[in-house]
Amino acid sequence: MTTSELTLPQTRERKGRSRRVMGAGKQLHAGPVTYIVLTVFALVSLAPLVWTAIAASRTDRRLAQTPPPLWFGGNLFKNLQAAWDQAGLGTAMLNSVIVAGTITISTVLFSTLAGFAFAKLKFRFSGVLLLLTIGTMMIPPQLAVVPLYLWMSDLGWSNQLQTVILPTLVTAFGTFFMRQYLVQALPTELIEAARVDGASSLRVVWHVVFPAARPAMAVLGLLTFVFAWNDFLWPIIALTQQNPTVQVALNSLGTGYVPDQAVIMAGALLGTLPLLIAFILFGKQIVGGIMQGAIKG
Amino acid sequence: MTSSKQALAHPASSAEAASGSQPGAARGAHGSGTKPPDPDSWRSRLYRWDMKASPYAFISPFFIIFGAFSLIPLLYTAWYSLHNVQLSSLDTQTWAGLDNYKNLLSSDFFWNALKNTFTIGVISTVPQLLAAIGLAHLLNYKLRGSTVWRVVMLTPYATSVAAATLVFTLLYSWDGGMINWFLHFVGIDPINWRESDWGSQFAVSSIVIWRWTGYNALIYLAAMQAIPTDLYESAAIDGANRWQQFRHVTIPQLRPTILFTVVVSTIGATQLFGEPLLFGGVSGSKGGSEHQYQTLGLYMYDQGWIIGNLGKASAIAWSMFLILLIIAVINMLLTRRMRKSQ
Repeated sequence: MTTSELTLPQTRERKGRSRRVMGAGKQLHAGPVTYIVLTVFALVSLAPLVWTAIAASRTDRRLAQTPPPLWFGGNLFKNLQAAWDQAGLGTAMLNSVIVAGTITISTVLFSTLAGFAFAKLKFRFSGVLLLLTIGTMMIPPQLAVVPLYLWMSDLGWSNQLQTVILPTLVTAFGTFFMRQYLVQALPTELIEAARVDGASSLRVVWHVVFPAARPAMAVLGLLTFVFAWNDFLWPIIALTQQNPTVQVALNSLGTGYVPDQAVIMAGALLGTLPLLIAFILFGKQIVGGIMQGAIKG
Repeated sequence: MTSSKQALAHPASSAEAASGSQPGAARGAHGSGTKPPDPDSWRSRLYRWDMKASPYAFISPFFIIFGAFSLIPLLYTAWYSLHNVQLSSLDTQTWAGLDNYKNLLSSDFFWNALKNTFTIGVISTVPQLLAAIGLAHLLNYKLRGSTVWRVVMLTPYATSVAAATLVFTLLYSWDGGMINWFLHFVGIDPINWRESDWGSQFAVSSIVIWRWTGYNALIYLAAMQAIPTDLYESAAIDGANRWQQFRHVTIPQLRPTILFTVVVSTIGATQLFGEPLLFGGVSGSKGGSEHQYQTLGLYMYDQGWIIGNLGKASAIAWSMFLILLIIAVINMLLTRRMRKSQ
């Protein structure tokens, strides 16, 4: 009691002084200029998306005229329907849900296992193998697509979804992300205690690792879903408009599959909508995940 | 099982007895492990095996997937780059030696693509990272609704390359495009963003900048928040104003993060593909009528899947990889020099 009373004025004094002396500390409140500049950044971020919706609600003819439309027209649902049916966005969305969903579940699961091993288990070559894992992130996907394409043709897998699912079932990024999280979040004593009780490795994973890793697994799941939904190079080589993912369907739109600009914008809007909804619901977690990955990475 | 085990245990213990003393704790523990009744021992053996094997089992999915879908294909790509592989006749692959590479080095389109990749890489990465540092600095203030600001800055990241490029292509259209319409207010004549040399490269870069600035800002923000406050306090006591603090405390502390983002952006810029492909519309793989914005990634796709020369495409892929390796080495040397100079 007495000590806290004694220290109180002191801290208050220090706070006051530091605010006076410090210029760019972290507790500094933003002034109006900061808010104005941030608003400009926010407008640049959001305007193209809002304008996509505006363009999707207009007609092709109107979009070719000057000045460009600045407010919504009445054709949104007509264009969305055309994108859904004619441009194959309906099939594409379903396919993308299957592809991105499978990749997400498997990446989160396998990355957690591998991340746990790298974070907490002692084994030979673990350091080298971890470095190798990180190093693989440098390899461009272009280096694999020619043989993958040839093998896929040999197997008769053209246009089948497993061709785009299999190569990304687990990622180096996910493994590293989970490792960085578990190094700190999972107390080694907890594993040792379970070991002393005679728990097998799988039991340890199930009862100790997964519960501790759950927050990071959720964030990795979101990041992986965004990545898998937006993956472009390999899907447009492996799949065609007959059985597209969203990005393949959008690519077809861009190369004149349906020449109506308003329908193209409706397609772009539809294909982005699931992720925009995810950002509205889980934006905080996604932001946190990217920042968390950054500090330690 | 049991008998052989006991038989094994005997020589060990007799050897121990012969040596006359305790030859190390590890051996003693091992010997005592065989003493308890049998059911326990196979269990403990299983347990030990589990302890030894499980780490490898846990990391194996990654290495299996990486091996099957990256490492082996990467080696095959090298093999194909030394062969004549045509999309139209996949069954006949003839040895070509270094022909594909020679072909590349004497091709104007290859050098053009290399130059474009470099130019677009620079004009998309440099402004992007500078803007991201500035944005991160602003986001680091105490803000009302700070989470909302961060999420808003990240929304372009949710937009796929394809969706973003379709939208920007329309915004940049010559006739009736939003950007030319804005420019006419400041008295600038309509720019033909698709045909002009620098205009198209600028347009393609702007898509990259739009999608990635917020993401990089969050990475810088995370690093800024990890800078200890007392560094600023002591700088302030030394009389540094806010700009000087930013210049002499924030930037040096961010150096590893800046390096990290430069590396990641460089890797991304070397592979740039989707933006120029879709910006070009129907003949996208050519990168414009004069190949103004054909990047290496686009050139590879064009040679491999539009023209159908997969051997040459493989050679382009390996050239990209070699370029990345060179960049990585330069980067490492620079980092080492920076560390030394500090």
